[in-house]
Amino acid sequence: MITWVETLIRPLFGDLPEWFITPAIALIEIVIVAVPVILSVAFYTYAERKVIGYMQCRIGPNRVNFPIIGELFRGGAQPFADVLKMLQKELILPSSASPLLFFVAPVLCLGPALAAWAVMPLSPIFVLADVNAGLLYLLAMTSVGVYGVIIGGWASNSKYALLGAMRSAAQIVAYEIAMGFALVGVLMAAGSLNLGEIVMAQSGGILSWFWLPLLPLLGVYFISGVAETNRAPFDMAEGESEIVAGFHVEYAGIGFALFFLAEYANMILISLLTATMFLGGWLSPFEGIPYLGETFLASPSFIWLAFKSLVFMFIFLWLRATFPRYRYDQVMRLGWKVFIPITIVWIVVESVMAYAGVGPWSGGGA
Amino acid sequence: MANLLRDTSQFLRSLLLIELFRGLGVTLSYFFKPKITIQYPEEKTPQSYRFRGLLALRRYANGEERCIACKLCEAVCPALAITIDSEMREDGTRRTTRYDIDLFKCIYCGFCEESCPVDSIVTTRIHEFHFETRQESVLDKQTLLAIGDKHEAMIAADKAADAAYR
Repeated sequence: MITWVETLIRPLFGDLPEWFITPAIALIEIVIVAVPVILSVAFYTYAERKVIGYMQCRIGPNRVNFPIIGELFRGGAQPFADVLKMLQKELILPSSASPLLFFVAPVLCLGPALAAWAVMPLSPIFVLADVNAGLLYLLAMTSVGVYGVIIGGWASNSKYALLGAMRSAAQIVAYEIAMGFALVGVLMAAGSLNLGEIVMAQSGGILSWFWLPLLPLLGVYFISGVAETNRAPFDMAEGESEIVAGFHVEYAGIGFALFFLAEYANMILISLLTATMFLGGWLSPFEGIPYLGETFLASPSFIWLAFKSLVFMFIFLWLRATFPRYRYDQVMRLGWKVFIPITIVWIVVESVMAYAGVGPWSGGGA
Repeated sequence: MANLLRDTSQFLRSLLLIELFRGLGVTLSYFFKPKITIQYPEEKTPQSYRFRGLLALRRYANGEERCIACKLCEAVCPALAITIDSEMREDGTRRTTRYDIDLFKCIYCGFCEESCPVDSIVTTRIHEFHFETRQESVLDKQTLLAIGDKHEAMIAADKAADAAYR
């Protein structure tokens, strides 16, 4: 529980009844997390266009500026201009589409993408819901998002949308397993399903983070994460050149924007999760260096988590700028025949080492 | 044995994603390279003096129009964009009464300019022009002469630069 936020805002309510205060505080806490997430999604789309532009020797958006700081941050207001444009667009319902499901699908996609943030330990003292089975909750939430995709694809009553939705479903099922197994490795090393405790299990400087002993799992987890969020080079669900735009062909305006909001929120979430589970989350990389002592550099804080996840967020864009799309059967082959064996082998290696008492996880729960 | 070695090295290379990392290195190097974008309205690419843009009719320095209504341009025009009517003026010279170019038909091939014996019809470097009604796509004689008058300095300079190669 984030007690310090509660103690900060509780006096503002005075002596209103308790049945009002508790939900209100919960709501405020949710807003504290959700609004920055949505804002970072906005700037992430801007960053994506900039980074991919730079990698293609272009400049990227640089025309829509903020009023005063515009010159420092050219094109920075582009995402807001895009949102305004999207809001003006007509919501088109295809003539034979299922009206209810068609409009529910983007929400079903976005809901889990935002709900997953509830268990993220954003800093040593800030987590919305400090649940014991946080890892399971995250796995559940990231997979529930596929319902939005499937329902959206089916409700559009378009063959391209349906094909895109089926591809997305098969792909997420395949990579969910590899992802789950990779997390089993983390779980064995940390001895806990609680994300805060997973971070704490990695304390002790850069070499005791899990990236070193779990290097293959880090690769598998991040690549599965890219596949799970339907990003290039695994964006089979969109596959412009084959199935137009996949599951969201029939969506226009803000429905389309919601699908994208969900996709980018998921990308940021995967980046944060990779940083949390393999790179020590909010732990400082300079921990344990004697000269720094208790200064800002050596103490754990949200800044370290943000910095680490920014690296992974950049890699997401970097991958998209570099690799062409996989062929569909190759995506399936990679998921089932490469990633799952790798993770299983590494889990066996890990358990043997834990049994023999070698390695950093020997003291953990294994 | 050789086969086994080759297969093993192939397996290791694909497992360690070596070629993919090389690809990432290429894109990262481009990330830091100078950008080649031309910021169009503010910056423009260099233009040849042979650029074939909007058409214009020229005059001699004394103000007399050059066109003698020989209709070579009308004949050579592959898109049939030029329409010319002519008559005898009071001083006995043959002049056009009508010289229309339909810009919807024109393909800016420059054949009219090549065929003109008196350098009357010319292509200019102007490529940023527009019209707002369909009728305006047909440039009549007065319009063409006006364009020529307005840009005579540029046209003359371009002609002079190209003269050595003709």
